[in-house]
Amino acid sequence: MSDEMVWRRKDLLGIADLSAQEILMLLDTAESFVEVAERPIKKVPTLRGRTVINLFFENSTRTRSSFELAEKRLSADSLNFSGSSSALSKGESLIDTARNLEAMSPDLVVIRHQHPGVPHLLSKRLESGIINAGDGAHEHPTQALLDAFTIRRHKGRIEGLKVTIIGDIEHSRVVRSNIHLLTKLGAEVTVAGPRTMMPEAIDKMGVAVAYDLATALHDADVVMMLRVQLERHQKTLFPSTKEYFDLFGLTPRRLQMAKDDAIVMHPGPMNRGVEISSAVADGQRSVILDQVANGVAVRMAVLYLLMSSRSGGTEVRP
Amino acid sequence: MTKTAGNQRFRYKRTVLDERDISRTIRRMAGQLIEQHDDLESLLLIGIHTRGVPLAERLRDEIQKLEGVEVALGTLDITLYRDDLSTIAPQPVIKGTQFPVVDLDDRVVVLADDVLYTGRTVRAALDELTDYGRPKAVRLAVLIDRGHRELPIQADVIGKTLPTARSETVEVAFKGTDGEDCVRLFERQSDGDAA
Amino acid sequence: MRRIVKGGRVVDPSQELDAEVDVLIEDGQVVRLDENIEATAEDQVTDATGLVVTPGLIDIHVHLREPGFEYKETVRSGLMSAAAGGFTAVACMANTSPINDHRSITELILGQAKRHPYARVYPLGAISKGMAGEELAAVGEMVEAGIVAISDDGLPVMNAALMRRALQYAQHYDLPVVQHAEDLNLTGDGVMHEGEWSTRLGLPGIPSLAEDVMVARDLLLSADTGGRYHVAHLSTGRSLEMVKEARRRGVRATCEVSPHHLLLSDQLVAESGFDTASKMKPPLRPQSDIDILRQGIVDGSIDAIASDHAPHHQDEKDVQFSMAPFGIVGLETTVSLCLDRLVGGGMIPLSRLIELLSTGPARVFNLPGGSLRPGRVADITLLDLDRQVTVQPDRFKSLANNTPFAGWQLRGAAVGTLLAGEPVALPEDE
Repeated sequence: MSDEMVWRRKDLLGIADLSAQEILMLLDTAESFVEVAERPIKKVPTLRGRTVINLFFENSTRTRSSFELAEKRLSADSLNFSGSSSALSKGESLIDTARNLEAMSPDLVVIRHQHPGVPHLLSKRLESGIINAGDGAHEHPTQALLDAFTIRRHKGRIEGLKVTIIGDIEHSRVVRSNIHLLTKLGAEVTVAGPRTMMPEAIDKMGVAVAYDLATALHDADVVMMLRVQLERHQKTLFPSTKEYFDLFGLTPRRLQMAKDDAIVMHPGPMNRGVEISSAVADGQRSVILDQVANGVAVRMAVLYLLMSSRSGGTEVRP
Repeated sequence: MTKTAGNQRFRYKRTVLDERDISRTIRRMAGQLIEQHDDLESLLLIGIHTRGVPLAERLRDEIQKLEGVEVALGTLDITLYRDDLSTIAPQPVIKGTQFPVVDLDDRVVVLADDVLYTGRTVRAALDELTDYGRPKAVRLAVLIDRGHRELPIQADVIGKTLPTARSETVEVAFKGTDGEDCVRLFERQSDGDAA
Repeated sequence: MRRIVKGGRVVDPSQELDAEVDVLIEDGQVVRLDENIEATAEDQVTDATGLVVTPGLIDIHVHLREPGFEYKETVRSGLMSAAAGGFTAVACMANTSPINDHRSITELILGQAKRHPYARVYPLGAISKGMAGEELAAVGEMVEAGIVAISDDGLPVMNAALMRRALQYAQHYDLPVVQHAEDLNLTGDGVMHEGEWSTRLGLPGIPSLAEDVMVARDLLLSADTGGRYHVAHLSTGRSLEMVKEARRRGVRATCEVSPHHLLLSDQLVAESGFDTASKMKPPLRPQSDIDILRQGIVDGSIDAIASDHAPHHQDEKDVQFSMAPFGIVGLETTVSLCLDRLVGGGMIPLSRLIELLSTGPARVFNLPGGSLRPGRVADITLLDLDRQVTVQPDRFKSLANNTPFAGWQLRGAAVGTLLAGEPVALPEDE
């Protein structure tokens, strides 16, 4: 028992705060939850009577569904607030929304918000545990965890792998969380994309930077494509989706520049024909649907560990 | 000799069973199981993580020696079924539940655990079993029954009944998992005793 | 009536004076500085034993918020805050509501200041009507009413043609044109300095270029027109280098720096966990800029330290980082921060700090004060270099408490001010 770790965090705000050991503990715990999905009854009573609020100020069917399923499989009672239905759209301040939620005494709040730092603000104000489900371009820790989980299942390890992330680096929370996680676990990370989508000083986060696909893909074990946010950037950051695809779209021919056994990932939702061709997205190297399946197990692990750390564990069972 | 668990310290009191005692006890338990069950083929021995697992393995081995029948073996991890989530500190790594059979319905399940105390572990194990199917019957075999039940649960096969105080704790070690066979009794030290 | 400030150490960079002398004041003016001036029975005496006596400190960059935003600050609370922080005068910005772009607003501000005489007020008028950046405001009328400079501070003058006209026209009144130097197109939706930390935090960045491009343009316009140009809250090393270089060529350019830009870096946004008290414009910059600004503090190329006192209501700051208004309060922290970190840290001597907080500001805006020469107005600040203080925002006289310095323990503080020879007394209960 002495060599086992104790999870002490009340919140999961980002990967930046976590140690390598904590990340591994989350991933190892997630392994045991994969098995739950294979049971005849895919539900365990672990979080029975606990309340989780899913507070989504930004639309995300995928992430919200994944959290909801994870909560249901752990028997938690969950409640969904979305940006359009909550009072925030009526001009209520975030702090007031938070106070109202607090009055309902949830054990955990899963928060998605378009502004960086909102989970941190809630964590300072609420007794409830906070799970960051994506804050602006800052972090998306559960996505990085499920990505790492998927990589580990396919490659058997993270350390020493060359991982290339391609796309709109500047506006991606997925990139930031992945950079923190993968570098902490000893992977070599390269980011690539148009110069207009590359943030200042990204190399200070411990990654290599490339501006063309050949350099970026060379020797890669893992190729992670990012969604181009068409609605947001088309006007100023690149002239057309065609030009983007010509420069950075992943096609079967280009994928040959990576290692023969390289896997292809995408956090979804995909723009086929913009950042990735259908032949790659649906091809044998694609593990995109595994990512979705693993997301539920990873989120179950997060919910489980955060919940079990909440009351401090006074009683000891030797 | 002391040991610590969480933030508490325990002082060694005495050895309850040594290696020879344990072998003898398990052999006797296996004999009782055989006596109680005519159809050994339908038995499913399920060890509750962590030290119910080696106990189940030992019981299977003894049954094989005595009767020449290899009883099916499974493991059960009740972590996700506990009613005391908040008191799991440190969190155990969930070791997983595995059965060699898909259908429990015509089986007699024998749950094996090292120590029977409050009964809550067994309650969780029963809940979990229910989610997997509807066994014909469920029996319980424990190496030590130390009393202090909080639920109406009794073992069908008991290695040794050991009266204890609540301030005491029983530690079971098996060769397979701990390098030795031994059952020891410890007593919780009050704050004043702590060094 | 006479008053003698006795027993203190007078530090007055305007006359290169640092000596233990008494100050004799008559009818609100300094009459004589001398050792052991004898007090007669009718004389009033201010005991300054153990204290430093300086020309009254002047903060040339303050937002008093009145009229229009009295929930953030009023002339009264702002002046109490100034006095509590050791300032005898403040210059207040024009971005009130309505904007101070005509004489009636200037008169309103000065009227309020007269009712609450805790410190002097020198208003700035807007450069453009309604600060819309299109046509010149009624500068001449406002000068008659009492403005000392013009600025659209809060907003830059983006229109180069308007800036050129302002620099030309202001010369009729010998007014400095004060620029909030920021190219808004380069700023975009930025909320902190663009660099490693904005990248890590995923927050939209404000590049240094946004300031530099504007300063470069304005220096060209100033050189060409001959107008007096003052860079408000200068924050980048490159802008300072450009100002220095232009001045060597004879351009009439001056600049001020805020204490937070000398003491805090952009890393604070991350360290504080997105605390909105670390959000201001210009944003906190990286250490490389801080180092150059500090050099400018030492070598004399920076003319003034000004707080950019920007009070906001707690509810406005108690929001997510991206939504919070820019700005922090500074009137009650500036002096102690400078005494502790700049003088106490050995970076500059005390006389240089008084130059930056009094003589320099007076020169930049042509203000009375900034000197204790005989014949000058007897505005005086008393400093206790050894007093230990802890920054306690809930005890500020300001209505606002948005500061990143809460809890800082500092050595040295202003302990009193005199206006025209009269000690300023603040109401105790507020």
